[in-house]
Amino acid sequence: MTPTHAAKDAMNDAPRLDTANAVETPEGVELALRVAGPVPRCLAWLLDACIRVVIYILVAMIAGAFGTGGGGLFLLALFAVEWFYPVAFELLNHGATPGKRVLGLRAIRDDGGPLAWTDSVIRNFMRTVDFLPMGYALGIVCMLTHRDFKRVGDLAAGTLVVYTDAADLPPVLPEIQPIAPPAVLLPHEQKTLIDFAERMPRITPERATELARAAGPLIDDAEDPAARLSAYAGWVAGQR
Amino acid sequence: MKQSQFTERHEPEWLEIESYLDARNRRNVDRPFSPAEFPRRYRRLCQHLSLARSRGYSHGLHQRLEHLVTRAHEQLYQGRRGSLASVVRFVLVDYPALVRREWRYLLAAALMFMGPVLILIPAISIVPEVAFTVLSVEDAASMEEMYSPDLRSRYGREREAETDVFMFGFYVRNNTSIGFQTFVGGALFGLGTVFFLLFNGLHIGATAGHLTHLGYIDTFWGFVSGHSAFELTAIMLSGAAGLRVGMALLAPGAQTRRLAFRDAMQVGVRLMAGAAVLFLAAAFVEAFWSSRAEVPVMVKYVVGVLLWLVTFAYLMLPGREES
Repeated sequence: MTPTHAAKDAMNDAPRLDTANAVETPEGVELALRVAGPVPRCLAWLLDACIRVVIYILVAMIAGAFGTGGGGLFLLALFAVEWFYPVAFELLNHGATPGKRVLGLRAIRDDGGPLAWTDSVIRNFMRTVDFLPMGYALGIVCMLTHRDFKRVGDLAAGTLVVYTDAADLPPVLPEIQPIAPPAVLLPHEQKTLIDFAERMPRITPERATELARAAGPLIDDAEDPAARLSAYAGWVAGQR
Repeated sequence: MKQSQFTERHEPEWLEIESYLDARNRRNVDRPFSPAEFPRRYRRLCQHLSLARSRGYSHGLHQRLEHLVTRAHEQLYQGRRGSLASVVRFVLVDYPALVRREWRYLLAAALMFMGPVLILIPAISIVPEVAFTVLSVEDAASMEEMYSPDLRSRYGREREAETDVFMFGFYVRNNTSIGFQTFVGGALFGLGTVFFLLFNGLHIGATAGHLTHLGYIDTFWGFVSGHSAFELTAIMLSGAAGLRVGMALLAPGAQTRRLAFRDAMQVGVRLMAGAAVLFLAAAFVEAFWSSRAEVPVMVKYVVGVLLWLVTFAYLMLPGREES
């Protein structure tokens, strides 16, 4: 195990608040990948299974027109879909089968990079093992006991299934006349203020007021504590 | 530097990278900068993210930069699309060299698979009843029917089907799936692979021994000689791929078991790629050549031997100068 691996594992072994999985890039920055649990993955699989059934029906209808030879074509299509349906989509569609796409998931490598053909073939061929002894039992047990919800195929290929980030709107501070805070604030206090101000547009005014009251002495004389805090936030963020 | 000034100063760059990434897969869209400049832009972006972190800028800004870095990272490190040249190189040079490098596993797979065949054929010629330790009476009867010398038009399993195309589809699905399972079974500490190799070896050996004992020489051996080279080699390669994986799990050596498993899978899947092509070729020969009863049996034997020589030469000769 390389030193980076060891460092990364030590970091990831610490208790985690959420499923974010830190990956360090060669440029020395860390990316937080949010791994997906068994429920969305099972749903994605279910959707894909439905799509596969539709494909089988369509192929059967077309092949049926060609008699016994058509039966051969049907078997060929069956073989191709059984083994290569997820591989084809993962390689051509940024790691997402149609089911994963609908659920907002995609498969990637442990290091955050896109799948190579070998990775995709390995993780999908290993479904045969994950399926044992029946109904993906081994895969589900493996997922539930693994920190990053990996089934055997993910372990074998070194892959993760993560949420594709919905592109959030860029954070904007409310348009408000900045006010200098009454006291010198520590860096983490400044950060908390800005975090609060950026979140304000997405929560109700009542909740914003309630949260702002937690600032105690900072807002004691203000009639609108939330607005006062975001005015401070504008100041510490450097708006003048 | 305060967060607002930081954002104000660098936001135009971030927006350019964003529109570059949006435009990446479309033609006739103006890019804000040339692809050659992308790596430099990406490194600056990474620097911005690190600055934002060390200066304790807000969570929202983090997320925005992180999302952008993730997208750019993927764009920069996307796997090189396999060019035609690299595929040709894999087929003509790297694959045979890989098979030779893993010769121990190929040998082990060959012993497990061909061993039962080579033992059962002479054993059954001495004690014919041995065949029925493996084959059921019904199996034996249906094999006898398929390869009976009385047949004139077609033989082999084709008797049951009407056309060669159907059998082609059948062979592709059936045989290749068994090959894939043989490989994947290696993940069960090699047990799955060993099972499939022994099971198929015993079954094929018993069938061959039984039919040889009955004297169905030209029909049976004539039928199987054509595709035997491709099919048996493909099974042995699948077995080698599975045993490679199983061995990595049993004896990972200096690596952790997890890393050894992962590395072995990468080797195994490459071995399996060649096996898959051979399975397809075998299915083609079996469906469209082996079943032809009008071809003189000597021609079939000669073609069978030639295909063995071709397979052997392909695996033994190319790619030596570099290793």
